[in-house]
Amino acid sequence: MSALVAIAQRLFYAIILILAVVVLNFFLVHLAPGDPADVIAGEMGGATEEVMADIRKSYGLDKPIYVQLGVYLGRVLQGDLGQSYFYNAPVADLILGRLGPTLLLVITALIFAIVVGTFLGVMASRNPTGIFSNVITVLSLIGYSAPVFWTGIMLIIVFASAIPLFPISNMYDITLEGGPIDHVIDVAHHLVLPAFTLGIIYLAQYSRLSRASMLEVLGSDYIRTARAKGLSEPVVVGKHALRNAILPVVTIAGLQFGGLISGAVLVETVFSWPGLGTLALDAILGRDYPTIIGILFFSSMIVIIANLLTDLAYRLVDPRIRAGGHK
Amino acid sequence: MAAVDDTTIQTLKVESPAREAWRMFLRNKSAIVGLVLLTIIIVVTFLGPLVYVIDPFDVAWAPFTPPGEEATVPWGTDYLGRDVLAGIINGGAATLAVGASAALITIVIGVTIGAFAGFYGGFVDEALMRVTEFFQVLPPLLFAMVLVSLFSPTLTTVAIAIGVVSWTQTARLTRAEFLKIKQLEYVTAARSIGAGNSRIIWKVILPNALPPLIVSATLIVGVAILFEAGLSFLGLSDPNIMSWGLMIGSSREYIIDSWWAVTFPGAAIFLTVLSVSLIGDGLNDALNPRLRER
Amino acid sequence: MTETVLEVENLQVEFKTRNGIARVLNDVGFSVQRGQTLGIVGESGCGKSMTALSIMGLVPTPPGRIAGGQIRYLGEDLLAASESRMRDLRGNEVSMIFQEPMTSLNPVFTVGEQIAESVRLHEGLNKRDARDRAVEMLKAVGIPAAERRVREYPHQLSGGMRQRVMIAMALACRPSILIADEPTTALDVTVQAQIFDLLKELQESTQTAIIMITHDMGAVAEMTERVLVMYAGRVVEDGLTTEILTNPKHPYTKGLISCVPHLEAEPKPERPPLTEIPGVVPSLTELGTGCPFAPRCNEVLPKCRSDMPVTEQTGPDHRAACWALDAKGAAA
Repeated sequence: MSALVAIAQRLFYAIILILAVVVLNFFLVHLAPGDPADVIAGEMGGATEEVMADIRKSYGLDKPIYVQLGVYLGRVLQGDLGQSYFYNAPVADLILGRLGPTLLLVITALIFAIVVGTFLGVMASRNPTGIFSNVITVLSLIGYSAPVFWTGIMLIIVFASAIPLFPISNMYDITLEGGPIDHVIDVAHHLVLPAFTLGIIYLAQYSRLSRASMLEVLGSDYIRTARAKGLSEPVVVGKHALRNAILPVVTIAGLQFGGLISGAVLVETVFSWPGLGTLALDAILGRDYPTIIGILFFSSMIVIIANLLTDLAYRLVDPRIRAGGHK
Repeated sequence: MAAVDDTTIQTLKVESPAREAWRMFLRNKSAIVGLVLLTIIIVVTFLGPLVYVIDPFDVAWAPFTPPGEEATVPWGTDYLGRDVLAGIINGGAATLAVGASAALITIVIGVTIGAFAGFYGGFVDEALMRVTEFFQVLPPLLFAMVLVSLFSPTLTTVAIAIGVVSWTQTARLTRAEFLKIKQLEYVTAARSIGAGNSRIIWKVILPNALPPLIVSATLIVGVAILFEAGLSFLGLSDPNIMSWGLMIGSSREYIIDSWWAVTFPGAAIFLTVLSVSLIGDGLNDALNPRLRER
Repeated sequence: MTETVLEVENLQVEFKTRNGIARVLNDVGFSVQRGQTLGIVGESGCGKSMTALSIMGLVPTPPGRIAGGQIRYLGEDLLAASESRMRDLRGNEVSMIFQEPMTSLNPVFTVGEQIAESVRLHEGLNKRDARDRAVEMLKAVGIPAAERRVREYPHQLSGGMRQRVMIAMALACRPSILIADEPTTALDVTVQAQIFDLLKELQESTQTAIIMITHDMGAVAEMTERVLVMYAGRVVEDGLTTEILTNPKHPYTKGLISCVPHLEAEPKPERPPLTEIPGVVPSLTELGTGCPFAPRCNEVLPKCRSDMPVTEQTGPDHRAACWALDAKGAAA
């Protein structure tokens, strides 16, 4: 099957990309001014000679650079992203502990942006001068021009005192007692503002995109065919048009995962969300390079996986490229 | 009744494309608003410090003074008692300078890579596009954070870091334009009179690829300003130079107690980026009339 | 006498445009009998397709509006029918196929699904039965390996195949009327002939009335029993196809026929062979009071420029609207 070949090719390519990220990380450590061992230890000043010697030995820093690269690659491939001397824990463990909250935030924001954005776009395409088009215009102004951390802060100011509807900080209430369902609701409750803040950027983009693509699709011949069949307007729009109009949104959403993670760093900082973003910031402020480089590696991997999944999703939605090859 | 024959076109006074675009631009109300807004922001940023001579790092009054309460600090003070208005006036320079130079770096890298990929095609194209895809995989803000923290946090580092992480879209756009234009007849004509590759790239194709690139450049300036603000907010910029992002970041713990100290600088960033993107929309309408419906 | 399935009377359709109101259909009237094929012929912009959309109740409103007249399907006034009644009829009693088979099928659904959708909607069949009907219809329109094709997507089919699918979809609910809007214009000549044969064959077995919209007099000659010649939103000539082809009365009809050389009954040596009618269809907002064809007409009279011609009976089953007829009548 050519479809399987195409997917295998994408997988192979993804693996190459991951390796490339590892190589980049290696060179980042070596290009930085100063002794690589200092970088790996983190410039905390607390590293003893003993620790430094240990680092030099285990990373092979006294050997030629290509050997060092080999050693580094080997370690990463075994899942060893190094040791955080700042947190005094393996970097991989630190990251895995923070991965869940970030994925929860990012995916919720993305789904919110796609669902609401597509809805707004579809409604606006039905009436170019109606209220939904105005909503999209306002959203575009905010989404494109307001710094995301500032939008979050504005929401905090509003929701802290004026409308105390949602918690403005953290991911859960540590004092909460109750069953697992109570905890899920608690997390969901805490998720509202951060996810909305992060989602609003993409909401603006997807609503504009889906409006444009919906307008194009609604003028197409197969929509006329669908109407001539006697289908009702909701079926024409919701089934025949939407399925086609959502294709560009799916493509863009997959490509924007990197930007989404970047936005998450800022949003997590504003809302004290215990994810990779806050970990990255703390690591940077603590000069904990192994952790920050580990996060860069991990988040790049998330982007690569997201791109792969988008590719698969696109194949499912659009039969024209299911057969093989991407355009 | 659009039947104008060739002779009438020739007898009409020919307007240069740039003038024509400028005229179209001036017809666009929101673009004018953007232009006026940006002019005000630039004037305040560069002349303001001469008029309102207060050091934004100095303690000017009691901490947490709300705006309008004390005439000396009309926009209030932050948690350290620093004058918010002084911060706004002085903080624009860093934001604008870093935003503009980061955008310039982004464009130079992006256009160069895109131009070579599109012009030479084949292996060069393949290799450069793989590099571009690789850079697209790295979350831009995280990558910039790593770069800034590995190499000291100065304004120059910040600008370079932003440029290094955000050129990919420009490269793709430039490549697409080059692929399209290099097949046109005037390129063949230039080649036939002996123009070399670099002349064709920079003097023949690039000028013709400019309209979409100019529009995307304005968007890049907006994104770069947001980027700079984000890094400063996180504390990853020069701590000795006031900027709007830094103001918000330093007052992060006191959002509720001094909303003005975070709201005003954020509004300044918002208005700056807004003015740039309004100008971008206007340029888009003026330079790419066919895309106007989008 | 066979049963009349569709009657159109005095149909008026207006469009709001930037330059004012354009009357795209003016006083259009005709009727179609069961099992018969009516051709509607004219250049693009003459109102053929708008006539079809009016019958389907798919005139885009706004900017369009049906300003007057009647459309009766088996005696029922469609212009007074509710939207939900119209949806019941569309694709069920009155079906339509379009000019562009390449783009008229939805790219993201299988052809089987698109055919079955119609049957499930109108006949309430379950998924399985609807799918069986889709296979049956694909077989009926001559698509080989129908069981396999039913699972394929439009992009996997050729243009001719797609038009067959469109026909299968349109006929799946056994409609009384099939409107075919330039069904073969986008296809190769050989495929065109196959589609015509298929339509004729299906018509014989189902007794569906066909309204065949075309700009090609050759297609009219091959497919239709009666024909309606339209120009600038008006019917300028209508009658039996054989009668009109052999004895056209309106200069526009003559022009259309001479565009297809082998159709001319008796090519006159003194007249240079016409390959096209000079000029273009006038903009509908710029029409004066006279005959809209006058600026392009080679038999134009002074009266044509000021007064709209009146439709006259020119044979037992043949009418035309042209002042030149009177002049000739008077001269004879």
